[in-house]
Amino acid sequence: MALFESRGGSSAQLLDAELSGLDQLEMALPPRPSRLARVWAATWPKLTAVALALIIWQLVVWSGWKPEYALPGPRKVWDAFFENFDNNMSAAGTTLWRGVRGFLFALVIGTTIGALVARVRVLRAAFGSMITGLQTMPSVAWFPLAILLFRLDEGAIFFVVVLGAAPSIANGLISGIDHIPPILLRSGRVLGARGLTAFRLIILPAALPSFVAGLKQGWAFAWRSLLAGELIVTIAGKYSLGQQLDANRQLADSAGVIAVMIVILVIGIMIDSLLFGTAERTIRRRYGLVDTAT
Amino acid sequence: MTRVSTAARREEPATESPRSGAGSLAAISLDAVTKVYGHAGNAVPALDRVSLEVEPGEFVCLLGASGCGKSTLLNLVAGLDRPTTGTVEVRGGRPTLMFQEAALFPWLTVRGNVDLALKLRKISRPHRRETVQALLEMVHLTGFEKKMPHELSGGMRQRVQLARALGQQAEILLMDEPFGSLDAMTRDVLHDELERLWRETGLTVLFVTHNVREAVRLGDRVVLLSSRPGRVVAEFPVEIDRPRRIESHSVADLAAQITGRLRDEVRRHGAV
Repeated sequence: MALFESRGGSSAQLLDAELSGLDQLEMALPPRPSRLARVWAATWPKLTAVALALIIWQLVVWSGWKPEYALPGPRKVWDAFFENFDNNMSAAGTTLWRGVRGFLFALVIGTTIGALVARVRVLRAAFGSMITGLQTMPSVAWFPLAILLFRLDEGAIFFVVVLGAAPSIANGLISGIDHIPPILLRSGRVLGARGLTAFRLIILPAALPSFVAGLKQGWAFAWRSLLAGELIVTIAGKYSLGQQLDANRQLADSAGVIAVMIVILVIGIMIDSLLFGTAERTIRRRYGLVDTAT
Repeated sequence: MTRVSTAARREEPATESPRSGAGSLAAISLDAVTKVYGHAGNAVPALDRVSLEVEPGEFVCLLGASGCGKSTLLNLVAGLDRPTTGTVEVRGGRPTLMFQEAALFPWLTVRGNVDLALKLRKISRPHRRETVQALLEMVHLTGFEKKMPHELSGGMRQRVQLARALGQQAEILLMDEPFGSLDAMTRDVLHDELERLWRETGLTVLFVTHNVREAVRLGDRVVLLSSRPGRVVAEFPVEIDRPRRIESHSVADLAAQITGRLRDEVRRHGAV
């Protein structure tokens, strides 16, 4: 239509028509499946896997490989979880709060250190490999020192959780900054972005996909360090998931132990996939890092 | 500034350029610019005593084979790099630079990308909104404000880059093979578009390309650079009436002439 109308018109109109014609031809994208379809496509394999795991577990129990008081079936664990529901919930609350608090602190420290090491050459030479080294060190190895420094108290757990998460966060940011296409940095400079403005408006957003991957890994390390800590550092009168695990073991309550383990697993999965996984996917899609062909 | 005829200029080495240096009102003037990368021992000269002047409002195309230091030259003019010796003078504020590749910020929408240029010029938010809209209208992208760069075609992305560059309100537009990765059809249309914008805005354009026809299609003047190191070996004024068509005979004839000269240059680097 537009093309025919502009036939007799000026060359400017012709140019308009040609440009919009080319744009329309290029912009034809296949429609995305509906939200419900996508959620279902992501959910049913997970549900099937859980069902399979439960079936195998029940079969092992029925096989009589171990006596039932040592290895109870899903049904008994289910009951044990609700029997002790209030304690479990308050324990989960305490543990989650410790994790979130430590993680947030690690976020501030890791981001600051990561930004400095990535942008300042001397710091990179001095601390670059040390951060990677810290990341490979099992955080449980910090506990003896943490206990000597902070005694058997919140401080010790906090210390180790932060040390577990911060190197991953710093590393994620560093590698994100290292992998920024130089063309984007040049573009920023041409547009007049310097110093902190450049960091805030260009460097940080450009490094975001890798930074979020670092956050995700940092959370995984924080969560592990935290549970290890709670098993070692038990604070009297305070319920936590680690303490509950240990208490149930002392009572030889296998069902209780497994129930708490499942709570730990579910929290881990929820935060990892719902929070960080969703953030990662959203960012990757927004940045055009997803292969639309699949 | 007097323009010397093609025949006379062609065989002259760049260093004996007769252009007047003092008191010139050129938008861009390079005087005996040399750029060497690396240090003694394994130093690589990228540019060798390049002298070049671009008048305000002029459209100059820089043409050369690989290794002619085209991008180095643009970086120097853009102020992203400093010459080893010689002087680079630019009038009318910092030039803006448009790249060949995806230089749009992938985390920002079309609007966000153009808006950033204005934001970095510290323009207030309400004022920015109108200006961004006007800029996108100039490059015919109204209706695509909320798209992400990866959702656009190559040609559209280059138009967003152009809008962002115009948003800097620079008087000089440097272009580093901006249409190099586009298909021929899109490129032709964008040539028309760029020519129109250049006429409307009165920008000074320094356009780098390795496509001879493109250079003749667009430029008031085509400057030929040699390779390794880059030197100005010839200049060709393009006296073909605008608007031009890339497929016209007059463009093809001059392009053929320039291509011949370019091939001579390339042959000098052969093993034989």
